[in-house]
Amino acid sequence: MLSRDEDILKAAEDWRKEGRDVAIATVVETWGSAPRPVGSNLVIDNEGNFLGSVSGGCVEGAVVTEAMDVIDSGKPKMLEFGVADETAWNVGLSCGGTIRVYVEKIS
Amino acid sequence: MKLDVLHKLNAERAARRAVVLVTDIASGEQRLVTAAEIAKDPLGALIEKRIRMGKSGMEETPQGKAFFTVHVPSPQLVIMGAVHISQTLAPLGQMLGYDVTIVDPRTAFATPERFPGLKVIAEWPDVALPPLNVDRYTAFVALTHDPKIDDPALKHALARDCFYIGALGSRKTHAKRVTRLKEAGLTDADLARLHAPIGLDIGAISPAEIAVSIMAEITARLRQEPKEAAAA
Repeated sequence: MLSRDEDILKAAEDWRKEGRDVAIATVVETWGSAPRPVGSNLVIDNEGNFLGSVSGGCVEGAVVTEAMDVIDSGKPKMLEFGVADETAWNVGLSCGGTIRVYVEKIS
Repeated sequence: MKLDVLHKLNAERAARRAVVLVTDIASGEQRLVTAAEIAKDPLGALIEKRIRMGKSGMEETPQGKAFFTVHVPSPQLVIMGAVHISQTLAPLGQMLGYDVTIVDPRTAFATPERFPGLKVIAEWPDVALPPLNVDRYTAFVALTHDPKIDDPALKHALARDCFYIGALGSRKTHAKRVTRLKEAGLTDADLARLHAPIGLDIGAISPAEIAVSIMAEITARLRQEPKEAAAA
């Protein structure tokens, strides 16, 4: 089963060892009703392939795009998604919660 | 995250050991704290508490805001006895996210045909159990009704501090088991940790229903009591 976090992190390690550039996104804070608990992971490679999830599919697209930037720059980023934050991000969570996602590159 | 940190993290998880990744939010600096290192870590008490709850989260520390990613092993279910109840209990445990192993030295019972897609070991407990890493993240169930198999298995489970240990048998059967295990040197405190008769009292009759009652009792132990104990 590839839905388990350990398999996702193992995949991230394997991808990196194959020579791909890889970023890990982690849900670090949630407020209100959030689809995935704190600690959930999404891993992304430089071609936009991804495994895991940080929401029920609502913001993965945006996280993948931001992860590309993080892979390019090598600098970690803190992203925030929520209904009240539509000016900062064009995507939000339909469930009404807010989540903060930390994105970092594997170096 | 550095690749070597990720590699060590994955290695600890594969070995079924708890591990915590501490990320300094301002600097992005990270360090890994393994179960063996918690006691001497400056944030040890905080980390210990988080591991007990199995919960990742943000904390204000003297060094600033830090995120704690908590990795505790996925629960394991070890079933002694490749019996009729096990044929439902094993797939049920698998569906609930447990790594399931069935052990029974009786080769007529321990066949892959009876347990398709499951790990079945046709060995005596003294051979089968030590490599399984039976630990505090393990639920252990003895279902053979045969003291030659169940008794050594239960002793192993008690020594390894499993979060759940259940043994099949009526009150009368269990009373005899208690007598035998006491003669073998186990204490009242050890024996009080055995769930027997096994399973929640839901009036189960068929083997499949008994499997459901056992799995429900295991779930209660996993989710309720450790949490309440941790809060106290």
